[in-house]
Amino acid sequence: MSKHPIRLTVNGGQYELAVEPHRTLLDVVREELRLTGSKEGCGTGDCGACSMIVDGRLVTSCLMLAVEADGSDIQTIEGLACDGRLHPLQQAFIDYGAVQCGFCTPGMIMAAKALLDSDPHPSFEEVQRGLAGNLCRCTGYTKIIEAVMVAARQEAL
Amino acid sequence: MRPFDYFAPETLDEAISILRRRGDGGRLLAGGTDLVVRMKEGGLRPPYVVSLRKLSELRGIEFSEAEGLRIGAMTDMATIASSPIIRERFPILADGAALVGSVQTRNMATVGGNLCNAAPSADMAPPLLAVDAVARIAGAQGWRDVPLQEFFLAPGETVLQNGDILVELRVPTPPRGSGGFYLRHTPRQEMDIAVVGVGALVTLPNGDIEQARVALGAVAPVPMRAHQAEAVLAGKPVSDEVIARAAAIASQEAQPISDVRGSAAFRRELVRVLTERSLRGAVERAGASAP
Repeated sequence: MSKHPIRLTVNGGQYELAVEPHRTLLDVVREELRLTGSKEGCGTGDCGACSMIVDGRLVTSCLMLAVEADGSDIQTIEGLACDGRLHPLQQAFIDYGAVQCGFCTPGMIMAAKALLDSDPHPSFEEVQRGLAGNLCRCTGYTKIIEAVMVAARQEAL
Repeated sequence: MRPFDYFAPETLDEAISILRRRGDGGRLLAGGTDLVVRMKEGGLRPPYVVSLRKLSELRGIEFSEAEGLRIGAMTDMATIASSPIIRERFPILADGAALVGSVQTRNMATVGGNLCNAAPSADMAPPLLAVDAVARIAGAQGWRDVPLQEFFLAPGETVLQNGDILVELRVPTPPRGSGGFYLRHTPRQEMDIAVVGVGALVTLPNGDIEQARVALGAVAPVPMRAHQAEAVLAGKPVSDEVIARAAAIASQEAQPISDVRGSAAFRRELVRVLTERSLRGAVERAGASAP
């Protein structure tokens, strides 16, 4: 199978790659760009561990072919910290005990970021709904939702 | 996933000619939330995939009183659920779109994909059946319009032949005093598949039900209209009795199977309950839309 040339902007960096059509965006970001923060949990779009923000919209990158992302602007967990300072969501996840094993955390934080980007002051129920596509098997979600609510309040300052 | 040839044509004509040239077995790729899963885990191994993402003909939502509503087949669920014109004039369609999957799914999954995948449980099917949607299809033989009622043939099977592409849905402007409502039952609130889904549309120009539509999902091999229930409602004043009677008839019209999501008997009972609720929701919205 022939490779297709694609251009991606990932966390502000430009990449030109040649990829086989059957490779997912998640595969290419992890294996070619070596950005391994985004995780593959289920591989079928059910768990959200692979969540990335593509052209401003939250997607499960395990279901997006890399060739379909050609020309897109992509944000992954690696792009959130700025000048050595964690993003308010990352700091709140640490401060409020929202991380246990950590496997769901990158996707969870990207989902939370997408939510706050579109709605800076969500209600508890809106946070629940915004994170409904992200599974966590450790925390029981309470601390995650608390962390997102705290980060939302901080960003308002 | 097995390797495949990939095409991303920039015009509808180019897409149709690729399908004609390459022949059977190819797949059209819209949002990927069904197709990519089936290629990864469902044993689907298409020799080639044609991406629809660059086709501007399949994009957009437009409305005019004269022409009605047009929704491009590549419109995603999040866009439908948040569209001001759909929320104002066709809220039943926003109901269905808002229920699909998760935030991520709704940003990717398209209305065309939801229909062409032809799952009996597709959440956009009952709402679109209830509003008398027509599928506009482009193919090697030219364009054709297929009422959505005739679009589904069997689970996973539609009237689309190789070389055909679903371009858009056309929905007539609902008569004055119309209201529609869709709801479903799922064990979980999010990220689940309908055990039963019911869409209802009523037109109440002056208090009596001039016409009604009742559409059922996940209770037959294809999404279906409950014509006998609709006939019971037509011409009657709104009352608890007539709604209860229509709901009981709809539950008899359903042809559910027993599977992992629910038994046939449970589904029949759900059709009755959800048809009542859906009709009440539709009546309320019809009242709110009356001048």
